[in-house]
Amino acid sequence: MQQEIYHHPFDNGLTLVAEQMPHVRSAAFNFLIPAGCAYDPPDQLGLATVLTTLLTRGAGNRDSRQLSTALDNLGLDRDETVGVTHIRLWGATLARNLPSSLEIYADIVRRPHLPEEELEAAQALALQELHSLEDEPKQKALVALRRQHFPDPLGRDSRGTIEGIESLTPESIREHYQRCFQPHGLILSVAGNITWKPLVELVGRLFSDWHGEPLPPWTLGPQPPSRLHIEKDTHQTQIALAFPAVPVTHPRYYDALGMVNVLSGGMSARLFSEVREKHGLCYAIWATYQTFKDRAAVIAYAGTTNDRAQQTLDRTLAELRRLAEGIEEDEVARVQAGLKSTLIMSEESTSARAGSIASDWYYLGRVRSLDEIQKAIEGLTPKSILEYVRSHPLRDFTLVTLGPKPLQA
Amino acid sequence: MQFHHSSLPNGLQIVGESNPLARSVAVGFFVKTGSRDETPELAGVTHFLEHMIFKGTAKRDAFAVNRDFDAIGSHPNAYTSEENTVFHATCLPEYLPRVVEILTDILRPSLRPEDFETEKQVILEEIGMYYDQPSYTAYEAAKAAFFRGHPLAGSVLGTPETIKALKRDQMAEYFRRRYVANNITAVVAGNFRWEDLVREVSRYCEGWPKGECSREVRPCPGHPEVQVLSRESVVQEHSFLISPGPAAEDDLRYAAEVLSTVIGDDTGSRFYWALVDPGKVDVADMDYHGYEGTGAFYTYLSGDADEFADSLRIARGVLDQVQAEGITEEELTTAKSKISSRIVRGSEKPMGRMQALGYDWTYLKTYRTVDEELVAIERVSLADVRRLLDQYPLGQTTMVALGPLTRLDA
Repeated sequence: MQQEIYHHPFDNGLTLVAEQMPHVRSAAFNFLIPAGCAYDPPDQLGLATVLTTLLTRGAGNRDSRQLSTALDNLGLDRDETVGVTHIRLWGATLARNLPSSLEIYADIVRRPHLPEEELEAAQALALQELHSLEDEPKQKALVALRRQHFPDPLGRDSRGTIEGIESLTPESIREHYQRCFQPHGLILSVAGNITWKPLVELVGRLFSDWHGEPLPPWTLGPQPPSRLHIEKDTHQTQIALAFPAVPVTHPRYYDALGMVNVLSGGMSARLFSEVREKHGLCYAIWATYQTFKDRAAVIAYAGTTNDRAQQTLDRTLAELRRLAEGIEEDEVARVQAGLKSTLIMSEESTSARAGSIASDWYYLGRVRSLDEIQKAIEGLTPKSILEYVRSHPLRDFTLVTLGPKPLQA
Repeated sequence: MQFHHSSLPNGLQIVGESNPLARSVAVGFFVKTGSRDETPELAGVTHFLEHMIFKGTAKRDAFAVNRDFDAIGSHPNAYTSEENTVFHATCLPEYLPRVVEILTDILRPSLRPEDFETEKQVILEEIGMYYDQPSYTAYEAAKAAFFRGHPLAGSVLGTPETIKALKRDQMAEYFRRRYVANNITAVVAGNFRWEDLVREVSRYCEGWPKGECSREVRPCPGHPEVQVLSRESVVQEHSFLISPGPAAEDDLRYAAEVLSTVIGDDTGSRFYWALVDPGKVDVADMDYHGYEGTGAFYTYLSGDADEFADSLRIARGVLDQVQAEGITEEELTTAKSKISSRIVRGSEKPMGRMQALGYDWTYLKTYRTVDEELVAIERVSLADVRRLLDQYPLGQTTMVALGPLTRLDA
């Protein structure tokens, strides 16, 4: 597959990565700013979220409304999300509007007003997001699962806590911004109908005179308890479980990915087939993979009527344990076909590519070509996946349930 | 980009837009049947049938259906709305013939009694899942109230009672009436050869029967009223306001897209500045839905119950002001650039183009290129928006709130 991938490390620690996609009219970008909620001080959980809300409320020589109108007039769809490790600013628009969009984002990232008078509104929004979680049982269970499975700060949810959000002041926001927003480790990724040279020049002009100190690494807290039941009077019981896997940086990563896809890669994968198709126990059931640099987990989810929840959990666990008994040739062939077509189709989405090249750069310090990934996928065999499964037996798993009654595992 | 159209002697339509630069191809079978075509005792049968389609045929059981789709790395899915049931898949170009073979095979399902009973449990689980989501419950209640007495009032999922009572033979009879060839359009977009596609579709579908297949179509002005559904376990207040809008086939739909973007897009809209920016609510958005013969604007608000009466007053104030004064030239321009950019980006994936093609063919019996779509948006004028507001007043709302509040004075 012909691909044009570029990167440029600037002296101040910021890296620009880009993929040229001449067959599209749009372009998408990501700023991965290493200032996720893992850096929130323990008594100010929710700080990164409130700061991110304030980022777009005026920057450079534009106030909040002027900024919003300028971005809207560029036809820019945008989103600001706070993860554990990064704040991500995403945007996508017509390729011809990319340079003007990046000019404005240089203001947002480097010269936000963070207006004091808007802090209260941003706090109110953050508190409502926290309350909204109570009305979304699936999300609530998954948030709790991550908190129980990963040690702090990796298990954090960016929504923070009521006390943390309420404690924020204009000074704490400003200090946090000063400390966390700096070019070291910041990744800007762009994918779409772009030309590399003018792009490097533009990004250089906008960001190369920016300097700062990298943040010290966080220290991990103790491993939280592996069982939690959240009692709630719901129609369905939410079942969320997690077990360790090798991270994307590990040589056996593709075998771990293969395993997750044997479980949940398509409609013929084991969880859907056995738990839903054969027994009709649930509507939603899936497993996915979540990675950090040094650790990763498989996260599995099912939601089901309370009186069938125990049976659903038992069957799900039985499927996880059955992996070690053997994996079929044709299962792996289907996993390979599915991964390969997803890979090729990603070339039709500027957002997907902008996301992939940014995360590759963060985790691996390079961008994997589609050919490299495809070769690795083609190299999967029942034996390689089985070896992986057997050397990582399902011993320690974290289980969170939400519903009227706890379950036995 | 090239457009093609053909139809089989039994009335099945085939439309396609080929793009040799695409990496993949998307195919969809649009069956023109949905919850509005159900009688009250059959509520939910269309959606349940959509699930049963994947449970197999004379030559494939459910596991074989799933295995065959997965073996070629295709991404199949389906959805049921008030008006359409759509079965679709994306795949790499070389696998299109196989995807067409699988899709056309499953569209003649066996509806085996044992599968019917197992899948009934899955449907009940799906209903249960939505029951625990207050925003969805509020949406369903508001839609039922707004469209009361109109075929669009019914729930797509049905109710636990109608699903439990449903018999396999009732579903088979519904299938026989609605899945006739002349009620189905095959839509393809992406990298494919038209001649190959027509040959494959004809081969598998030419024997499908045709039949009389109609639908009751009439406008719905709505029923202005207020309902407060009190649920102690819900934390935030969730509310839908619905007002009438133009039909899917009405030229005013472009103005409706613009208007809902100006009022309720998630960035820079009137609702954003009046409600989200000051932190009154965490969600305030407006969407336009065009149906056959009628349409509606849906406003969704969710926020703290304590302040909700005030938030609702502000939202109504926004609607009243737009009704009285219209929108500004600047808002019109901004909305157009947002919508145009989304159209261009959406059309870069074969799946996005296939959906647009299917929609245009199902509702308008026409084909439009991406550029024609952009021109239609560009042409919307302030006078069109005024005409829209006069014909479909925003203040004429049906409101349902669900959450901790027991009453709401707004």
